[in-house]
Amino acid sequence: MDNEQNRDLKVREMIQQNKQNVSLNSVTEKLMPRFLFVVAIISIITTIGIVITLLTETVHFFRDVSFAEFFTGTELSPLGSDAEFGILPLVTGTIISSTIAMFVAIPIGLMSAIFLSEYASEGVRRTLKPLLEVLAGIPTIVYGFFAFTFVTPLLRTIIPGLEPTNILSPGLVMGVMIIPMIASLSEDAMSSVPNAMREGALALGATKLETTWRVVIPAAMSGIVASFVLGISRAIGETMIVTIASGSSKNFTFDVTQSMQTMTAYIVEVTGGEAPAGSTLYYSLYAVAMTLFVFTLIMNLIAQYISKRFREGY
Amino acid sequence: MKYVDSAQVQKNMGGRLRTNQIMKILFLISTLIGLVVLVVLFYRVLADGLGWINMNFLTNRLSVDADRAGIMGAILGTLWLMLVVAPVTMFLGIGTAIYLEEYAKKGRFQSFIQTNIANLAGVPSIVFGILGLTVFVRGMGLGNIVLAGGLTMALLVLPIVVVASQEALRSVPQFLREASYGMGATKWQTIKKVVLPAAIPGILTGVILALSRAVGETAPLTVIGIPALLIPFPDSILDKFTVLPMQIYYWTIDSALVAEYSNLAAATIVILLLILLIMNSIAVIIRNKFQKRF
Repeated sequence: MDNEQNRDLKVREMIQQNKQNVSLNSVTEKLMPRFLFVVAIISIITTIGIVITLLTETVHFFRDVSFAEFFTGTELSPLGSDAEFGILPLVTGTIISSTIAMFVAIPIGLMSAIFLSEYASEGVRRTLKPLLEVLAGIPTIVYGFFAFTFVTPLLRTIIPGLEPTNILSPGLVMGVMIIPMIASLSEDAMSSVPNAMREGALALGATKLETTWRVVIPAAMSGIVASFVLGISRAIGETMIVTIASGSSKNFTFDVTQSMQTMTAYIVEVTGGEAPAGSTLYYSLYAVAMTLFVFTLIMNLIAQYISKRFREGY
Repeated sequence: MKYVDSAQVQKNMGGRLRTNQIMKILFLISTLIGLVVLVVLFYRVLADGLGWINMNFLTNRLSVDADRAGIMGAILGTLWLMLVVAPVTMFLGIGTAIYLEEYAKKGRFQSFIQTNIANLAGVPSIVFGILGLTVFVRGMGLGNIVLAGGLTMALLVLPIVVVASQEALRSVPQFLREASYGMGATKWQTIKKVVLPAAIPGILTGVILALSRAVGETAPLTVIGIPALLIPFPDSILDKFTVLPMQIYYWTIDSALVAEYSNLAAATIVILLLILLIMNSIAVIIRNKFQKRF
């Protein structure tokens, strides 16, 4: 009798405890999605943070320097009493270094992609692709060292007029750095072209080259072009290679043997020099960073648009 | 009757077949160019730096005197930095991925976050440096300490962790979740006890890759203003610090002044690449060993 009552009590306790557990569970159950939602919002806050910091300080900058002077000025001499803040030397530096890089990365990257996707056997592909991707994993500072201490001296034996710091060497090295990115993305795009299309072309008597050129590449065009655009965006935002190997002279020139400064390298130089907060020099940092941000954002949006809009569904 | 005259085919197609062969060789050469550069780069760094690596180099403090300079401070700085980056980026990255994959309704808001993360991945690292300088270093008044650098780096590599975690969560088959619900588990219990354990190898691989990116990243830290001066070893996340890539940077640009600095830079690169190699090997091992195929 006593025993039975005891057992009854225990069961009651257990039910009570279970109820508590369930209510605790339902609290976590309700709170967890909200909590994770807040966490997910942080990525958006980061973007907003970037835009707001750049915008507010850029507005300060344009109180001191006019729009016209900034975007059309060919002279950049931020130090001294008669400071000039024309961004064109930095824009040309950025465009020239990126163009050199693309001259290396687009043909080599695309041809590597063609080889890996169309010609290489499965075994060869499996060995070569990871090896190529090692190139993408090497920190950019190492490429900077390589450009400055190896490529530049090597180029100077070939091109005597080359300055110790120049835009050519970092441009070339940057191109090598971007090869795996273009190769990998283009290869993905080409591999996703269905085999039936290749077989159709081959059955009509086309050679492998003709199949690749006339069938596979047109079909994979959106992915390939998107990879080019992403490569350009990467080249524009690349910092350490150009900072180390291209020096800091703010020439407005198109001569690749000369030292030029890119937008990214300018930011490193100005922050490294500990510009006093509140000075025009300090605000110029944000104006240049804003321009850089807009450049790369446009490139990334174009890449996303191309790969979404022109993707062919099979 | 002969349907195909192979001699005739050869004659007609010979030129085209030859072009095909030539281009094939050209494609192969292109693929090898990247690898040749890789080999030259490794050779160059090893030839310059290997002779300079010894116990003193690894354990000494920084010094202007090339013979006595060591990278212990930079190694410790890198470790301290990772102690900030790893927990912050894992917390934010995995949390975001769980929200996007398990909770968020497919719709505009979810695709908005998704697009935002894709764009964040394309923002140049130096712009993150500006964000860190403005918000953490100056705005919060932290100064150029480990915590400020670590938070900046954590935001920089966040997209890598989010994307990798999302893929890992997506590869967990639906029937595992349904079985868990069938047993009476709630949604969070299912995520915590079933989905996450199944996805953890993929998530960890992504985290390690993100950390190895942070280990080698230089640009944001130059913006934050890591000093080139000789500073004491960092003892906490509130100390000033330097990291291996920053040390390589200073030695490389000063190699015009002191020739030996170029060797010191190369030696530091060897150590940095070794660390990255170890991290990536761990990622590959985790992926191959623990990843279940459903």
